[in-house]
Amino acid sequence: MKTPRILERESVLAPLMLTPVALYMVLLVGFPFLMAFVYSFSNVTVGNPEFQMVGFRNFAAVLHDPTFLKSLLNTCIFTFTSIATVLVLSNMLTELLMREFRFKWLIRFLIMLPWTAPIALGAIGYLWFLDSVFSPIDWLLRTWGLLGKPGDLLGPMSNLYWLGRPDLAMASVIVVHVWRLLPLATMIRIAGMNSIPREVIEAAQVDGAGYFRRLFHIVLPLLLPVISVTVLFSTLFTFTDMTVVWVLTKGGPPDNSTQVLASLAFLKGIQGGDLAQGAAVAIFFFPVLAGVAAVVLRIAKKAVVT
Amino acid sequence: MANVHLAGIKKHFDGVKAVDGIDLEIGDGEFLVLLGPSGSGKTTLMRLVAGLEKPTGGQIIIDGQTVNDLPPRDRGIAMVFQSYALYPHKTVFGNISFPLTVEGMPREDIRKKVEWAAGLLGIGHLLDRLPSRISGGERQRVAIARALVRRPKVLLMDEPLSNLDAKVRHTAREELKLFQREINVTTIYVTHDQAEAMGLGDRIAVMHEGTVRQVGSPYSIYNDPQNMFVAGFVGIPPMNFMEQDGVILGFRPEALLPAEALPDKDCMRLKLLVERVEDLGSHRLVYGTIGKAKVIANHSFRLNLKEGDEHEFAVCSQELRRFDPKTGERIRP
Repeated sequence: MKTPRILERESVLAPLMLTPVALYMVLLVGFPFLMAFVYSFSNVTVGNPEFQMVGFRNFAAVLHDPTFLKSLLNTCIFTFTSIATVLVLSNMLTELLMREFRFKWLIRFLIMLPWTAPIALGAIGYLWFLDSVFSPIDWLLRTWGLLGKPGDLLGPMSNLYWLGRPDLAMASVIVVHVWRLLPLATMIRIAGMNSIPREVIEAAQVDGAGYFRRLFHIVLPLLLPVISVTVLFSTLFTFTDMTVVWVLTKGGPPDNSTQVLASLAFLKGIQGGDLAQGAAVAIFFFPVLAGVAAVVLRIAKKAVVT
Repeated sequence: MANVHLAGIKKHFDGVKAVDGIDLEIGDGEFLVLLGPSGSGKTTLMRLVAGLEKPTGGQIIIDGQTVNDLPPRDRGIAMVFQSYALYPHKTVFGNISFPLTVEGMPREDIRKKVEWAAGLLGIGHLLDRLPSRISGGERQRVAIARALVRRPKVLLMDEPLSNLDAKVRHTAREELKLFQREINVTTIYVTHDQAEAMGLGDRIAVMHEGTVRQVGSPYSIYNDPQNMFVAGFVGIPPMNFMEQDGVILGFRPEALLPAEALPDKDCMRLKLLVERVEDLGSHRLVYGTIGKAKVIANHSFRLNLKEGDEHEFAVCSQELRRFDPKTGERIRP
C-alpha cells in the first residue's frame, strides 16, 4: 500500500507521532503536578468542598511537624545509603559478569530476576522473609546457634523482629530497595563498561596501574557520564518512591521509624484526607530535586566521551 | 635494555592454536619485527610478551628472568597499541605522566621526564591538550612518549603506524627508526606491512599460522627465503613459482628480465606469453604465463609489449631458488 502523500510531509508526520507522548505528559504528569502545586497552596481536604488559597500556610505547618522532619531524615538515609550500596555492588557485579566462567548465564539470570517481577510482589516475598515469627532468616540463625538461647550472639529471643525494631526495619527497607535497583544499575554499568575500548584498560595495565588505580583513574572517570545519570535517576526515583516502605512497614515501627516523604504524603493526603498538606509534603523538595537533576545532567554533558 | 628469550611458547584459544611453539631470541637493543598476514599469531605473541595473555605452554624470559607469572607491570615492558589507547579524559601531559604517577615518582621528576620524552618526540607544545584535540600523527607520538617515559627494558609496538595516512606514515617510520637507535631500547614491532618490516627491522620474524617460518635480516628474508611461504609473502609483487623437473623454481619478478638484457650469461631462457602490462612510470610490470605458470616480470626497459605477444625473457641461475613441491621447504645445493 502506498503511504498517503500527506504523511510524507514532516510538518504533518512529526506532530502526529509526538501527540501520544505529549498527551501522556500533559494528562498524566503535567496536570496532576499542577493540581498538586495548586493544592499545596490551598486548604482543600477530601471531605470539605471549600477551596481557598492560603499561601505558604501548609508549608509552614509541615515544617513544624516533627513527623515531617523525621521523614525527611529517613528519606535522606534511605536514599543515600541505598544509592551508595548500589554503586559499590553494581561495580562488583559488573566485574563478575564481565568475566568468563561456567554457569555465568545462571548467575546473570538470577541477578536480573528482581527486575522481571512487579516490585510489589517481590516486596511481599520479603514480607515473609522478614516475618516476626516465620522468618526463614531467623530460622537459619537459630539453627546455626546464633539466636534464641541465652548467651547467643544475636540475643536470647526466638526472633530478630526485622520489621519491628527501628534500626533493623530501616536496614531491611534499604536492603530490599537495593535488591530492586541493582539489576538495572548493573546493566547500565556493563553497557558503559563495554563502551570503554579494551586497549585503554590494557594500556593502563601495562603502564603499571593495579586494579584500584585503573578503577579510580581510568574506568570511573570514563564512566562518569553514565554513572552520574544512573545516580541521578536512582536518587530521584528513591527520593520519591514509597513502594518498598509501604509494603514492608507502612512507615513503622513507631515512631515513624521508616516513614519517608512519599509515604508521608500518601498518609496525610490520601489516607488522612488532608490533600493540601499531602501536596505540600510532596511538592516540598521539587525545587531541590529539579536543581540536582539540572546539575547532574550538566556534568554528564561536559564529561569527555570519545 | 634487555634481551628477550621465548622458549616453546604456545597459546591455544579453545583448541585454536594461535601461537604454536615459538622459539625466538631477541638481542639487547635489537629491533625485531614480527611480520605476517592477519591471523598469523603475531599480535597474540606480542600480547604474551606483554603479559596481557597467559601462555598455554613455554617460557618467556626477559633479562634472564622468567616472567610467565608476572603481571604486565612487573615485566619492565611498555606497549604502543594499534589504536594508541590514550586516556581520553587525561591531557597529553596526564597521559605521558601516568606510568610515572603509578610508580609514585616525585612530581618534579615526573615533570622533567615528561618534558624529556615530549621533547624527544616533538610534542612539547601539546602537553595541555586532550587527545581528542590533536591529530592522528600527534596521538601516535603521545603513545610512544607514554611508552618511553618509564625507560622500559622492552618496547612493544602493535602496528603503531597503521592508523596514519600514507604520507605521515613514511616520515613516522623514519623517525621511529632514528629514535629507537638513539635510545637503544629492545623493540618488538608487529606489522603486516612488509615495507615497514623491511625498512625498520634489524631482523624480521615471518609468522604464519602460529609459527615462525623464518627469522633473519631483511636482506636474507628477501633474498634467501627458507620456504615458499616466506618467498611468496615477502615482496611486492611476490616471487614467481614454476615447476620444472620435479622441483619448484622460484625467482623474483625483477630477476625475470627481457632476454636481450642478459645476452651471454649463465641464464635460463623462457618464452613468456604476455597477458597484461602495467606501466608504473619508473618501471613496468608484465603479467603473463610461462608454460602453465603465471608469472610477473618487473623491469625498466621500454619494450612496447602488448597483450598476446610472446617475448623471450631470462632468469640467471644465481637468482633461482629451488623448493620441495611437497613440503614447500627450500632445497639447498
